[in-house]
Amino acid sequence: MLEARTLSLGERLRGVCAQLNAGAITAICGPNGAGKSTLLASLAGLLGAQGGSVMLDGTPLHALAVRHRAQAIGYLPQDGQVAWDMAVRPLVALGRLPHGDAAGAQGAAAVERALAALDLAGLAQRPVSTLSGGERARALLARVLAGEPRWILADEPLAALDLGHQLALLATLRSAAKAGAGVVLVLHDLALAMNHADRVLVLDGGEVVADGAPEAALSPAMVERVWGVSARWLGEPGARALVAS
Amino acid sequence: MNRLVIFLIAAIAIALPLSLLAGRVWVDPASTPNAAAILMELRLPRGLLALVVGAGLGAAGAAMQGYLRNPLADPGLFGIAPGAALGAVLSLWLGLGTALLLPAFALAGAAGAMALLALIAGRTGGIALFTLAGMMLASLAGALSSLIISFAPNAFAMSEIVTWLMGALTDRSWNDVSLAAPLTALGIACLAMAGRGLDALTLGEAAARSLGVEPARLQFWLIAGVGLTVGAGVAVAGIIGFVGLIVPHLVRPLTDRRPSSLLGPSALAGALLVLLADCLCRILPLVTELRLGIALSLLGAPFFLALLLKMRRELA
Repeated sequence: MLEARTLSLGERLRGVCAQLNAGAITAICGPNGAGKSTLLASLAGLLGAQGGSVMLDGTPLHALAVRHRAQAIGYLPQDGQVAWDMAVRPLVALGRLPHGDAAGAQGAAAVERALAALDLAGLAQRPVSTLSGGERARALLARVLAGEPRWILADEPLAALDLGHQLALLATLRSAAKAGAGVVLVLHDLALAMNHADRVLVLDGGEVVADGAPEAALSPAMVERVWGVSARWLGEPGARALVAS
Repeated sequence: MNRLVIFLIAAIAIALPLSLLAGRVWVDPASTPNAAAILMELRLPRGLLALVVGAGLGAAGAAMQGYLRNPLADPGLFGIAPGAALGAVLSLWLGLGTALLLPAFALAGAAGAMALLALIAGRTGGIALFTLAGMMLASLAGALSSLIISFAPNAFAMSEIVTWLMGALTDRSWNDVSLAAPLTALGIACLAMAGRGLDALTLGEAAARSLGVEPARLQFWLIAGVGLTVGAGVAVAGIIGFVGLIVPHLVRPLTDRRPSSLLGPSALAGALLVLLADCLCRILPLVTELRLGIALSLLGAPFFLALLLKMRRELA
């Protein structure tokens, strides 16, 4: 279990409490500036909190060896930087750095599994600069999967992807969750959160204002309160669409 | 070992013995008088020193570019080379520019710059602060060097300092080799320790930290590595530009582009480049020998412009 205990960081996070479970997809939603990315980076152990702590299976993250934390928690930042125009396979193999076995048999096998999971085997030799936006996003997620972390924390992994690629990426994350990983996504698309997350955490002004099943956490009342938009959900559960009313 | 490394080692193995024969006087081991003395006491240490200095600059350049995620970074950026030059200039100004004291002053200058960098950058490990601190140090050391030069007691002293700053391997001895070689080797080892961190930085600072990179530790290896290689290089050869900038560029397309896999080949290619450039300086029929630093800049600048034009076409 990954747990935020009254996590505070200036104005950005104010006493956030959340217990996240492995084997499920949790979406973090909220308006711009609500503290979504800050919370995700804190859960990944990348920001020193001013108050509270993040616990991984009962151990504070800051007490964990950096290497063990890196093995347990895979983090995909929003910016998707790749400084050098390397090919997809060495890029994905960077995910093995916490294990230090990219050159070994175990590491190479994990890299191949990640490439296969994101349908990148045919692109393994291609330089990143020649990839389309969707292929690049898949390659970056494959980098996280290659580390075979118990937790996958991704900041807006679906932004700038078309519908087909969004669904394909979500399917991959779902199978990772089925295999036991905890998946935590920052999503700005509420319909994606509603349809694909097992649980939604709504942040507003650095505080958790809703936490629960998508239908409850993203109720029209909550959407109006947090986003200031009067809207309603159409369609069946699992295939909802949000329309302003 | 990959093919690139084997090729570069083979090229050095061929170029070094040939370079010993080249110079204002071409040495024929069979017929030239005192051939053994010329080769062993003058040209071999000079050739080896070229390899050592070039290897240090090449590796430091590759590491700097990896760290700053910028192909335009150069080992001079952190102020370590200007710091070392300041030390050397001071020793010349004080009239202490002997074969032993000058390198000692230069190393002290490099160490001072390293210590200041570490102090300013502190334990946060932020790249922007670190780079700005380095650039300010470079600026300060450059200004202080100019100040000292302007205070030179006479024209001869001034010319001695300015000429030294241009960088050269003329009249170097085994003493210089035994000073620079171990320091450079140690420096390259430090840079190799930074390799994994540099690889992770490819994905940005946040992703690198999530992969277990500790920024302060990475900075430590980088300061130590660049300081030792560049400090030792400046101490024995003066300021030699462009090697640290060009060599990683040349080598990068031949690797998988991970910063760590660039370090070794860059060291070897830097060694080869400085060896060849120094040969060229010796061979050219000029009244005084062309300074190595000038030769490399003369070769490097047009080459680099061509590279930029090519990049411009690719970007357009």
